Amino acid sequence: MSNLNADALRPEPTIDWNNPRLRVSGLRKHYDQKVVLGGVDLEIYPGQIVALIGSSGSGKSTMLRCINLIEEISDGQIWLEGKDISVANIDQDEVRREIGMVFQSYNLFAHLSILDNITLALRHVQGKSKADAEQIALGWLDRIGLADKAGSFPDKLSGGQQQRTAIIRAVALNPKVLLLDEVTSALDPELVGEVLELIRDLKASGTTIIMATHELTFARDVSDWVVFLDQGVVAEEGEAADFFANPKQERTREFLTRLKR
Amino acid sequence: MSKAFAAFEPSPAEVERTRIRTAKRRRSVLVSLVSTVIFAVAAGFGLVSTPGWNRVASSFFDLSTAIDAWPRVLDGLWLNLRVLVFAAVGVLIFGMLLAIMRTLRSPVFFPLRVFARGYVDFFRGLPLIIVLYLVGFGIPGLRLEWLGRVPAEVLGTVALILTYSAYVAEVFRAGIESIHPSQRLAARSLGLSYAQTMRLVVLPQAVRRVAPPLMNDFVSLQKDVGLISILGAVDAVRAAQIEVAKSANFTPYVVAGLLFVLLAIPSVRFADHIASKYAKREQAGSAL
Repeated sequence: MSNLNADALRPEPTIDWNNPRLRVSGLRKHYDQKVVLGGVDLEIYPGQIVALIGSSGSGKSTMLRCINLIEEISDGQIWLEGKDISVANIDQDEVRREIGMVFQSYNLFAHLSILDNITLALRHVQGKSKADAEQIALGWLDRIGLADKAGSFPDKLSGGQQQRTAIIRAVALNPKVLLLDEVTSALDPELVGEVLELIRDLKASGTTIIMATHELTFARDVSDWVVFLDQGVVAEEGEAADFFANPKQERTREFLTRLKR
Repeated sequence: MSKAFAAFEPSPAEVERTRIRTAKRRRSVLVSLVSTVIFAVAAGFGLVSTPGWNRVASSFFDLSTAIDAWPRVLDGLWLNLRVLVFAAVGVLIFGMLLAIMRTLRSPVFFPLRVFARGYVDFFRGLPLIIVLYLVGFGIPGLRLEWLGRVPAEVLGTVALILTYSAYVAEVFRAGIESIHPSQRLAARSLGLSYAQTMRLVVLPQAVRRVAPPLMNDFVSLQKDVGLISILGAVDAVRAAQIEVAKSANFTPYVVAGLLFVLLAIPSVRFADHIASKYAKREQAGSAL
């Protein structure tokens, strides 16, 4: 825990409810005639975790991809710290520098060592020196207990280790929002725990996270707000504890019981 | 040896399996040996028993002619080797440039994209020998004062680079396209620009992946350097031709041919080695 990036560890101050970190309004995404997102609103405040839940095809992943400007949106607006990032002439690279994203299949760079995977963007996007970047990366690797794997290549690591590397690769850049797209779905059951542990750890140090997940128990435990997407619209949302204890919509109850079985 | 391995005592079933496998291996070595001998004897006998064999033997495989021709042909091969080095480097650079041109997206580069595409279509279709004629006799025909007199081997090298770059550009392009889009996605979501993603993530992986097919093109280039002889460069083939004219015997061609084969063997082995290294990475079962 010695060489840590101080900013990443410092807890955020009390939440400023007037200034959401990210705000989405009326977000729509169509593929040809098919409506994948039919007008979604979302707000997340600094240090919060918002969980997106819903069955496959409900639009969770598409939502995250739209926020990161990987998909062109069909309608609606997205603001990052009050700045509209959905305008046509936005510098997309600039926006993606502020938003981190981690994928279901890790997507580590196969030709780079674990250390170089993490330092790549620190050096080439943030312009840090090799030594600085490596110090930051090693600090993070130390924190997740993978410092001894710094020189290894991704294919020598377990799925859980790869996914944790992918997460810190994004977090090391100090993103304003971290998007996690079903980061445990591709993992063997016994490896899910270590990844969830890392997310819990990130929450404790104030990282703002939107996560699409199938891990309902985990969503209940760590998230501040839960959004249930059904066929591209928000069917129900609420504070995590309340949402799971007293689901108000029939569709929500159905979904929750189906997953519990 | 690990402790667990040292303590390992094979079961009777494994001992029996090992015995049968060893016997099988011994049998297959024996079978291939016998089969090779029979085949070689049959082929040799078939050749020697042809009515014209004696004449062919004296005009293609004459030892004294081979010894006489040897120094000159070897000298020519040295030129082939030098041409090969320059051509290979030129092909790698120009082929890579062409492949990169085709990946550029900005509208400013539209002409470059069209050029690269047209170039590859054109030179993949055009026979190498025609390229050699066009470059070898066309460029001097322009009578460019500032260019001076360009040696035939240089013109030949240029022609080889022109043709082979088109093939190699396609190999590189296939490599670039074979990199899974999720790698680009990850790079872009870390904030890397399109160009950075290409340079730092896609190209390094693509180049590694296409190493085996590139080696294949290199082996092919290695023998095609002999074609510069048609422009009058005194390489191994041309030297052999001169010796043939002098001795009225075809043996020097065989000498040159064997030298090219010898030259190719290390590259071919190296290409195999690379290919098998990559195959191992794919981790198919070792018993397949």
